[in-house]
Amino acid sequence: MKIHEFQAKVILENHGVPIQRGYSLTDENEIEKTIKKVQNDFNTEAVVVKAQIHAGGRGKGGGVKFCNTYEKALESAKNILGMNLITHQTGEEGKIVNQLLITEALNIKKEFYFALMFDRSKNADVFIVSTEGGVDIEEVAEKTPDKIVKAWVKEDMYPLSKAIDTIVDSLGLSSFDEAKEIFRKIFECYTESDCNLLEINPLVLTEDDKIIALDAKVDIDSNALFRQDLISTFHDKSEEDPLELKASEYGLNYIKLDGNVGCMVNGAGLAMATMDIIKHYGGEPANFLDVGGAANVETIKNGFKIILSDPNVKSILINIFGGIVRCDRVANGVIQAVKELNLNVGVVVRLQGTNALQAKKILDESDIDLISAETIDEAAKKAVGMVI
Amino acid sequence: MSILLNKNTNICVQGITGSEGLFHTEQMIDYGSKVVCGVTPGKGGQKATKESLPVFNSMMEAQKEFKIDASVIFVPPRFAANAILEAIESNIELIVCISEGIPVRDMKKVKNALDNSSSILIGPNCPGLITAEESKIGITPGFICKKGSIGILSRSGTLTYEAIDQIVNIGLGMTTAVGIGGDPIVGSSMIDILKHFKDDDETEGVVLIGEIGGNMENDAARWIKNNFNKPVVSFIAGQTAPKGKRMGHAGAIISEGSETAEAKIEILKECGISVAKTVSEIGKTMIKLVEEK
Repeated sequence: MKIHEFQAKVILENHGVPIQRGYSLTDENEIEKTIKKVQNDFNTEAVVVKAQIHAGGRGKGGGVKFCNTYEKALESAKNILGMNLITHQTGEEGKIVNQLLITEALNIKKEFYFALMFDRSKNADVFIVSTEGGVDIEEVAEKTPDKIVKAWVKEDMYPLSKAIDTIVDSLGLSSFDEAKEIFRKIFECYTESDCNLLEINPLVLTEDDKIIALDAKVDIDSNALFRQDLISTFHDKSEEDPLELKASEYGLNYIKLDGNVGCMVNGAGLAMATMDIIKHYGGEPANFLDVGGAANVETIKNGFKIILSDPNVKSILINIFGGIVRCDRVANGVIQAVKELNLNVGVVVRLQGTNALQAKKILDESDIDLISAETIDEAAKKAVGMVI
Repeated sequence: MSILLNKNTNICVQGITGSEGLFHTEQMIDYGSKVVCGVTPGKGGQKATKESLPVFNSMMEAQKEFKIDASVIFVPPRFAANAILEAIESNIELIVCISEGIPVRDMKKVKNALDNSSSILIGPNCPGLITAEESKIGITPGFICKKGSIGILSRSGTLTYEAIDQIVNIGLGMTTAVGIGGDPIVGSSMIDILKHFKDDDETEGVVLIGEIGGNMENDAARWIKNNFNKPVVSFIAGQTAPKGKRMGHAGAIISEGSETAEAKIEILKECGISVAKTVSEIGKTMIKLVEEK
């Protein structure tokens, strides 16, 4: 689960990591008050106005403004709140800015890149740092890979203190007493908050020699939210695709794509393989949809509803491997759902597994317009054939 | 022969009194698995299933009464890591965790404990394993399996069933199918399981099913090239998956160049491994290889 910058800074601050201080707002009427409060509380004339959306590249897209006067801050805040911000991570359609963070401005001496994540190939957590902070790190990795330093952490194998020594050295921070302590606190925050990713870009050294997190991007392990009470309240539904959100409320795993062949499958791997074979036969999948292990009438009906909310869908391929779920039950579920929902797109059904033959018979003999198929191959060809 | 599991394997079910645990224990027994007992903390002394299997409070208690070769875990995700740790502490040889949704931080702890033990962990978030016509641990539908010569190894559940079905229907049959799970941290890698297939005389070829995310398939491909001389057919799901999106499995997310389906297929081919073009060609590709041999 992604969280906003201002929320990430809350958890960092709770772990004692120095952050660039500020206040967030959602209401336009709060802008004046908030700017004044930041100027007053943090003893600064200049402030930074930052759009809060779950995407990187906000600065380049015009969502972050440095303002050296109150008037400039007011103008920027009014412009950014409610704007449609387009960055390289939002896609062409952009994202509406519903929240702002207004922070103190700092005098920066040096900017660093910092990230902590899990490295699967080494089965260890890894610090990734660079002296080239504040810029696009992918670009740094490509052009000057030697400027990126990695240090791994794993119980019994790679001690945390050694990793911290490595990064402090590589960033030239050895002479700053509090540097090690800050990295230790960030690591503690990463672990205790169940972060998949904790990125600070930039982490800065100020003119008065303080190390401060100027930005923060955090992705939380959704499976651990049950023990993260505070972070659970950070879930921002407005950042999610409304269809994907609705699907998750139904307990379905749905991702919208750009094609016109809808698909409904049980199991993530088989769902991806089904999308791939649609493409193989010249079609374009309209979605990824995993209905999970228990494919019953209710899940199938909800699956249809979600798929059909996408107006591009011209045909639907249902591919269910009935293991514990019996195919004859799935077939009856499909028929009932099609009848109740008055479908006006072609539906191809392929059921394999327990009672597959009975299921095919039920489908073939039903009075509704369904096409049955025995193999994925046949099903994909037929579903694609309907839209080409 | 087969790998890891046969009809004589004594199995204990952790979480036997839950609805999932109970249902699948019955399914396992129906298939022929030798389930000897179960564990649910706080429910020690009860009986479970039609066979009235004894329930214990802990693995340690269960071990006093039974010789246990393998345990299978059907425990809610927030308690599952502790269940695995308990099985590791009890020196259970084979631990299979079906539970889905275990936090990564918990699995890091499990992985460290595994490194210092002799236990083998399959999963989590997996269908488990099945040795055709002998025994199954987990949720794989038994009726699709027939004895034969092909081993199956996969990161995905229903895709494993699809592969079994094709291998059986084309007449080759199977030895053991192992679903290692789709999470970022799993107990056994593809290479770990391939080593068992290498040593198994009955297994004459292996189906290797991967997907986007991670580098496990790439490591397996290179290992096969240097160490494994039985026919291998591979399939990688997720060629049409968009970048940066999580496709169901927690592990199925593309974050680096070598984690895409295209990159993996390329590496597999470079290592001389046949790659099925589509999911429906797994069986056909394998029989061609076996006949050529």
